[in-house]
Amino acid sequence: MAIEVRIPTILRQYTDGQKAVEGNGETLAELFADLETRHAGIQARIVDEGAGGELRRFVNVYLNDEDVRFLDGINTKIADGDNVTILPAVAGGMA
Amino acid sequence: MRYDSPLAAVGNTPLVCLPRLSPSPDVRIWAKLEDRNPTGSVKDRPALHMIEQAEKDGRLTPGCTILEPTSGNTGISLAMAAKLKGYRMVCVMPENTSQERRDLLGMWGAEIISSPAAGGSNTAVRVAKELAAEHPDWVMLYQYGNPDNAGAHYATTGPEILADLPSVSHFVAGLGTTGTLMGVGRFLREHKPDVKIVAAEPRYDDLVYGLRNLDEGFVPELYDASVLTTRFSVGSADAVARTRELLQQEGIFAGISTGAALHAALGVGKKAVQAGESADIVFVVADGGWKYLSTGVYTAATTEEAIETLQGQLWA
Repeated sequence: MAIEVRIPTILRQYTDGQKAVEGNGETLAELFADLETRHAGIQARIVDEGAGGELRRFVNVYLNDEDVRFLDGINTKIADGDNVTILPAVAGGMA
Repeated sequence: MRYDSPLAAVGNTPLVCLPRLSPSPDVRIWAKLEDRNPTGSVKDRPALHMIEQAEKDGRLTPGCTILEPTSGNTGISLAMAAKLKGYRMVCVMPENTSQERRDLLGMWGAEIISSPAAGGSNTAVRVAKELAAEHPDWVMLYQYGNPDNAGAHYATTGPEILADLPSVSHFVAGLGTTGTLMGVGRFLREHKPDVKIVAAEPRYDDLVYGLRNLDEGFVPELYDASVLTTRFSVGSADAVARTRELLQQEGIFAGISTGAALHAALGVGKKAVQAGESADIVFVVADGGWKYLSTGVYTAATTEEAIETLQGQLWA
């Protein structure tokens, strides 16, 4: 078991075009550090080191469809079998 | 119920319990049927309110042209109100929105300017802002940043829900302009500090996202994250599956973004059941399914086929 991470098109240059990759960690921060070891460059596109290692402003990360900014952000706990989705922030809706 | 004019019939929509989709007798799901508004969507509320407030403060005067970036429903609501009130209406909408929406806008006399599919609503907003700069005499009500959008829901949708269901514990709606969530959320929280406000954000497939850049994300000016308790991102597959479930199990024929809201409502419902809590979860049926019939998602033999037909299309 591992954690499935869905990768948006814009970041697939780091994953050889793969739409989803697997990773491990107790928290999202650890998961992204783990991804970096196989997909060099991806961590910096998700995490803003200049802002204390928080998520970049226009990047959303979802744990089982729920926005992690409303959970514990980059320190949100994760477990085997969870789904993590990385997305560009977007306006949509019934507008 | 009796009203003095079609525009007076906006709001006062039914709130119905969904016994088959409710996860338990203590965790109940309620649908706020906003498709019962005059043009068939929740957008009649903000459209009318934004126009009337702009008239009050003198920004809109007889003969004015109204300009709005819209993927459909707000444009339809504005076009109907503009027709009755004597304004010209120009809509900017993504080129990959359904033919029904274009026909409906044209029917009420709106002119349509297409924006490129890439970037969806974000690109429509950018094109509309450019047009507004070129035509300073046009009035852009700008639903993404107009406080009267959220104000409509603060003044009407929120009070209706609280009056019909004083035990409301969760409010779930689609996240677009964010007006519904901001307006209803602020109202409910003032009266029930523990209420949970849950956003369902549409998540499109790669054909729609393909050309987007992470640094170009657009956050509506109305959006205030502190109003929300949590936020779900709902993919096309889940939105379609829930839309069909709502039709098959409860007989409600709703648009696809409603399926996304239902998915989030069921997500928080599941958490309530797991925590052993009781809950009354209200979600918004933003519009009926009529405008999306041509997508084929309702008539496809299986949900898998329905999901396939929606690839690359905007559904909210």
